[in-house]
Amino acid sequence: MSDSLYREQILEHWRTPQNFGKLVHPTHEAFENNPLCGDEIGIHLNVNNHVVGDIRFYGVGCAISMAATSMLTEIILGKKIEELKKIKKEDVFNLLGVMPSPSRVKCALLGLSTFKKALQIFEQTE
Amino acid sequence: MRKLRNDFPILKRKIHGKSLVYLDNAATTQKPRQVIDAVSRYYAQTNANIHRGIHTLAEEATEAYEGARKKIADFIGAKDPAEIIFVRNATEGINLVARSFVAPRLLFERSRELLLTEMEHHSNLVPWHVLQSKVESPKSKVLLKFIPVKKNGTLDYSKLDTLITKKTALVSVTHASNVLGTINNIPRIVKAAHAKGVPVLVDAAQSAPHMPIDVQKLGCDFLVLSGHKMLGPTGIGVLWGRRELLEAMPPFLGGGDMIRSVRYDGFEPNDLPWKFEAGTPNIAGAIGLGAAVDYLQKISMQNIRAHEMVLTKYALKNMQKISGLTIYGPQDSKKQTGVISFNLHGIHAHDLASICDREGVAIRSGHHCAEPLVRKFGQNAMARVSFYLYNTKKEIDIFIDALKKAKEIFK
Repeated sequence: MSDSLYREQILEHWRTPQNFGKLVHPTHEAFENNPLCGDEIGIHLNVNNHVVGDIRFYGVGCAISMAATSMLTEIILGKKIEELKKIKKEDVFNLLGVMPSPSRVKCALLGLSTFKKALQIFEQTE
Repeated sequence: MRKLRNDFPILKRKIHGKSLVYLDNAATTQKPRQVIDAVSRYYAQTNANIHRGIHTLAEEATEAYEGARKKIADFIGAKDPAEIIFVRNATEGINLVARSFVAPRLLFERSRELLLTEMEHHSNLVPWHVLQSKVESPKSKVLLKFIPVKKNGTLDYSKLDTLITKKTALVSVTHASNVLGTINNIPRIVKAAHAKGVPVLVDAAQSAPHMPIDVQKLGCDFLVLSGHKMLGPTGIGVLWGRRELLEAMPPFLGGGDMIRSVRYDGFEPNDLPWKFEAGTPNIAGAIGLGAAVDYLQKISMQNIRAHEMVLTKYALKNMQKISGLTIYGPQDSKKQTGVISFNLHGIHAHDLASICDREGVAIRSGHHCAEPLVRKFGQNAMARVSFYLYNTKKEIDIFIDALKKAKEIFK
């Protein structure tokens, strides 16, 4: 396949997203949407002793936003909040293995901004 | 047609190594050499401020600017160039009517409603929301009403007579939908509105570039268009209004050029059309739009409409053959412009647009600045192709192949 944005790894996450769904009793949750394209992502977290013990994401969106969020949840799971606060947008591009074009950057980062919002809610409730 | 394509320098560009196939004309159109040259010639040879100064350049610049006004008056069938107000775009034209025509009317208890359609671009929806928030008090509400859009993408005209009441301050409708392509029956809407003494504004941003427009035949009271959607530069648009209505309206923006005389304690507004053109206007833009109108008229709007009907019919036929593809709109080249919005099952419009881009094909994806309409059709986003006079059947073939490739990638 010639199109680097749609690498097999990204398509794999789009076909079978990891940690997709909702938690029955999340300790923290956040929801974000991109009104420009209609993409919507929600994230549910179970945080115990400052560690993300469980994570789910749900919503609708393009392959890039879905795959990026799916990949992100894999690295979030089991990590400490202190560590997770350091996640940057560059880390998402590294996960995707490709730098999206300027118009697609927002798609790639929707999951991260939703997670950051959930982290903020965690901080506020601490 | 190949000869015409040579007038557009950008069509020779390569995108990701492929020839550019530009199918995003409802967003903005490409510019022919004639328009680019007119703008550049103005800056290189006649640049000066207009309506003041008695030196040669000022006179030439004024003549070119006012000449463009005459060309546009002729293009839309206006009786008098003084009825042509230069604005930034269709959006600004609608805002001008909202502030200077509708706002004063809303002060009267008997006109508290506005009638739009469900297929309006944000440009003919948000100005009314803004106006609503400005003039509303707990005691007096301004009501926005909408002519419904049917499943096939056409308006439900049967509701017209009940929707228009004696309280309606203005009916403001798009001539052609930027999402569905639907061409609305403006004379029918005007007849129903005028029967109750209600004026009508027509948003011609999506129609004036693609078909003959005659404000006398449409029968409307105001009409707006955007230059950049009809081969002209960005930042220049037109508001046309009936002279008697414009005369009675207070100025929109204040500043230089829109005044006859100024004192420390007040001002005397200028005559039409300058009353509504505050500050130094987009002179180069107006001259560029004049050149665009010359170009369109040389080809003739009838020929452009006929060419786009052929392309639309061809595209619809080939798109309908692709399984899992849903088209939103009339799907009839006689009832619509060359705008086709669609979705391919299981593939987000943004992904489709990215894959088409890799093939050199520029299509639009998202809600097309008509979010409520896209949602009404149960979608978060749609993909859209829109054609113009320089597009070809061969380009549609390349687009169809790109769709097939997207299906292959996302299978």
